[in-house]
Amino acid sequence: MAAWLAEPFTYSFMLRGLLAGLLAGAACAVLSAYIVWRGMSFVGDAMAHAILPGIVLAFMQGVSLFVGALVSALLAALGIAAISRRGQLKEDTAIGVMFTGFFALGILLLSAINSYQDLTHILFGDILGVSRADLLGMLVVTVIVVAAVAAFYKELLATSFDAAHAVAIGLSPDRVRLGLLALLALVIVTAVQTVGVVLVLALLVTPAATASLLARRLPLIMALGALFAMLAAVLGLYASYYANVASGAAIVLALTGFFVLAFLFSPQRGLLFHWGR
Amino acid sequence: MTSYGRTCSVPPIVGKPALEVEHVSFSYPNMVDDALEDISLQVMPGERVALVGPNGAGKSTLIKLVVGLEHPASGAIRVYGNPAGACQHRVALVPQRTSVDWRFPVTVREVVMMGRYVHLGWLKRPTPADREIVENALERLQIADLAERQVGELSGGQQQRVMLARTLAHNADLLLLDEPLNHVDVPTQELIFHVLEQISQEGRTVIVSTHDLGILPIHFSRAVFVDRHVIADGPVAQVLTAETLARAYGVRLCTDPGEVLNGRLAG
Repeated sequence: MAAWLAEPFTYSFMLRGLLAGLLAGAACAVLSAYIVWRGMSFVGDAMAHAILPGIVLAFMQGVSLFVGALVSALLAALGIAAISRRGQLKEDTAIGVMFTGFFALGILLLSAINSYQDLTHILFGDILGVSRADLLGMLVVTVIVVAAVAAFYKELLATSFDAAHAVAIGLSPDRVRLGLLALLALVIVTAVQTVGVVLVLALLVTPAATASLLARRLPLIMALGALFAMLAAVLGLYASYYANVASGAAIVLALTGFFVLAFLFSPQRGLLFHWGR
Repeated sequence: MTSYGRTCSVPPIVGKPALEVEHVSFSYPNMVDDALEDISLQVMPGERVALVGPNGAGKSTLIKLVVGLEHPASGAIRVYGNPAGACQHRVALVPQRTSVDWRFPVTVREVVMMGRYVHLGWLKRPTPADREIVENALERLQIADLAERQVGELSGGQQQRVMLARTLAHNADLLLLDEPLNHVDVPTQELIFHVLEQISQEGRTVIVSTHDLGILPIHFSRAVFVDRHVIADGPVAQVLTAETLARAYGVRLCTDPGEVLNGRLAG
């Protein structure tokens, strides 16, 4: 059994994949609590798709995909803020326009360079192709996200719960939200390598959704969410190694499995608990 | 620049009103009519004033202007002699229920601690002194036993106690409460007024917006009727007249049954 468990990680690419999964899982899960409870999943999904042109351009120019993706995500976020700030259109409309526009541009660029093979990696993740440099970038992002959420815990809490009170004590909910979007962009760029553009939303929503069925306080929701996301990364990698299935999809399915279990068996909020009464 | 986390550099000016609103007008973007038109108002320290008027009369807008959620198109607002927003430590707000995300996972104690944030500021964690202030505020509103509960699980009355406890922790001199009595049970209403009375006896100033006329004579010394303009302002007994109500609420209070009938037939 121990040999069976240890065998996959004797390969260095599997070990790097494991570390990538753990780091991306932790970073996503911490932000996930805000995505879920501030209702930001649509903007998260939009940003994940909006990084595509940045990745493709970076690939064409031979510069770091990480930087390309980040620039693209931040541009999309600024565009969304600029459109919705005028007040003529609602924010989700602005998000819808920018998100599809950026994504289409990415696909157009990809078709121009005739490289649909790489498209698969971008859309569905390539956790086993993570390099040492990528890992270092992921580590830095995870540290930044955890440190920022801890440092600005008060301000995030106050603006999330009661924006009017936040303004009255001199905070700017708009600026706090912009900071949160910047963190979101960082996290998405790292997570895309593990599960891909299409499935990154799962890492941003499901960990906190699952944890919220089991815990009530924000720090606990973050910690439990991180635990689930990291466990899912491990399970997904085993599945991909032994059953030879796509690792990104396996990770997301493991997470979904945790959610279903919590939904059914949560001590206070589970479906079965309510039936039992 | 806000005063979040800084010490207040401007002391209250002795002898000045706690709140001074001077010829303030305001309109929301995309709205033709002014929400407030040439409002002037003075509230002295220690007063307990009701802001009365129908929905949409501009009570909330006036409160938003004072705490800096909106900015007046013209006119000036001063708090203890200084421009509004110069010292956010001094002003506390209980916003309308709908502006709060009650489902957000946060405990009662954490919400009350938010009253300390303006004193703490960036990167500082609550000290034992802050925790003690929060515990006292919880005790005063009789919700210490609910401290670890999530606010979303509480009743409307309990939630409103939490909001008032937060303003106590804020330790402000001017308290603005926007419709604090909506969805509130009677014992909570009594407790809220009891605490507000204590607060104004400490010399702090309390302004409460409401459309409940029944509470005016019992709990307030002064009422300001607002409907875009100040319609009436003075001791409750003097301003709570049929004429004021008719002007504020746009209804005619008829004493003669025949008149009502004629009115119906004519309408």
